[in-house]
Amino acid sequence: MGMTMTQKILAAGAGLDNVVAGQLIRVKLSLVLGNDITTPVAINEFEKNGFNGVFDKSKIAMVMDHFVPNKDIKAAQQTKQCRCFAGKFDIDNYFDVGEMGIEHALLPEKGLVAPGDIVIGADSHTCTYGALGAFSTGVGSTDMAAGMATGEAWFKVPEAIKFNLTGKLKPFVSGKDVILYIIGKIGVDGALYKSMEFTGEGVSELSVDDRLCIANMAIEAGAKNGIFEVDDQTLAYVKERVNREYKVYTADEDAVYERVINIDLGAIEPTVACPHLPENTKDASMLSHVKIDQVVIGSCTNGRISDLKIAAEILKGKHIAKGVRCIVIPATPTIYREAMKAGYIDTFMEAGCAVSTPTCGPCLGGYMGILAENEVAVATTNRNFVGRMGHVTSKIFLASPAVAAASALTGVITDPRNV
Amino acid sequence: MNAKGIVHKYGNNIDTDVIIPARYLNTADHSELAKHCMEDIDTEFVNKVNKGDIMVGGANFGCGSSREHAPIAIKASGIDCVIAKSFARIFYRNAINIGLAILECPEASEKIENGDTVSVDFDTGVITNETKGEQYQAQPFPEFIKEIIRANGLLNSIKNRQN
Repeated sequence: MGMTMTQKILAAGAGLDNVVAGQLIRVKLSLVLGNDITTPVAINEFEKNGFNGVFDKSKIAMVMDHFVPNKDIKAAQQTKQCRCFAGKFDIDNYFDVGEMGIEHALLPEKGLVAPGDIVIGADSHTCTYGALGAFSTGVGSTDMAAGMATGEAWFKVPEAIKFNLTGKLKPFVSGKDVILYIIGKIGVDGALYKSMEFTGEGVSELSVDDRLCIANMAIEAGAKNGIFEVDDQTLAYVKERVNREYKVYTADEDAVYERVINIDLGAIEPTVACPHLPENTKDASMLSHVKIDQVVIGSCTNGRISDLKIAAEILKGKHIAKGVRCIVIPATPTIYREAMKAGYIDTFMEAGCAVSTPTCGPCLGGYMGILAENEVAVATTNRNFVGRMGHVTSKIFLASPAVAAASALTGVITDPRNV
Repeated sequence: MNAKGIVHKYGNNIDTDVIIPARYLNTADHSELAKHCMEDIDTEFVNKVNKGDIMVGGANFGCGSSREHAPIAIKASGIDCVIAKSFARIFYRNAINIGLAILECPEASEKIENGDTVSVDFDTGVITNETKGEQYQAQPFPEFIKEIIRANGLLNSIKNRQN
């Protein structure tokens, strides 16, 4: 019986010729990731259980991004604990203030993930790297501790849903609209425990940034991982960044899928997820009655250079609406500098936006843009759960950078084709 | 191994942001986390919960972030077992890895009501609703996972294997 792309990567990682859905396996890891919130819990477990060495100091990444630059004393203590642990074991890829970016934008940019890799991260959006043809998935801190100690993790081999992409995106429609559209179609548990495999002629119409955004939100459909077939664009992206060998896997022709869903990219409109679940999607054009208080453009989902570019193009020479706060957060220092050179930062500041150093801050209601009672935000982030960005009565509408920028200009949720 | 207690019942898609809001993730201290468990959907939970109680949810329980602080907060609040129609996958493996008992059982999730007294036999997967006089059969764990639970968590099971 044929295997899906994910199954082939997992079989290779387990040293097996063949695996089937439901099989429990132990696999070798290419990379183990943690951040400043999840790593301290992993370190506590690691030390409590008496482990005294890491499996490979070049295959562990720690990125201080959630509450960093430290938001308070407790956060500072947590970062310090990570810094000491990384120092003690001479961890190669420890990223702190100045070098750090939002982990899932940073790792691909640094060439730390490659096609065919098996990556676990103590962060649910670790599924992002499937955009490059890797198997990558979010786990908890105990799995991270076990991964750091042994270089292995246990998995139940998932079945997969195949998304057959056709057509071409309309102007002002991006990867974010695609994934919101898909989650709206299948629901927040529509891919529970499963792989989402993206394939078809439409893949080549999506930029690597679009693919990273789509794979990033696979978890919002409950998926174990999202994964794209590797093409020339992937290889060109990886060639510039990865300095080691890697292997490209493709699904077998006779691979068995739980179901196949056809997606015509050309039929997707600018899409918004309404409170309080990412599956509550509507076309942006239907929400022009929704007044907003704050816009956030950034995060591991949409803080990449193409995201800032489209936002800057919409905001250029204009000013955001009175009473609206707009926070722009380039996801990595490299993206920040690129945006500066391209003049986007000037454009944002002339339009009345605040531009921040990289941080996850507002996305999870950590700091840097907390919402007050009954406030409404349009955010390019990934979750709109109750209280996610602040007060329990606040509301979050998830959207693309184009919708977010257009909405900042008008003060209501706006289809970017109308500004 | 068994559990018996009063049920605290919640709905579908209970996410990790309401189980333990991110504003409290600047600490990994279990008792600190427990103080804020479920705060954003049920401010009374921490006052009502007693040691040994049982939490029941609907579909996709524990969806959202990978924060292990979520099952830690539930366990440290006194809850001995979570029963749901289905669990989000990261929450599921986190709960097993830290030794919080969880059971998937759509019938129990549907029929058990808030405040019922429920007992659970983990060896057989039988859930008994003592208030209603009903029994429900949960999915038993596969052997691989039983091994982790018997060792009282993933890291212990690795230690056992290494020795």
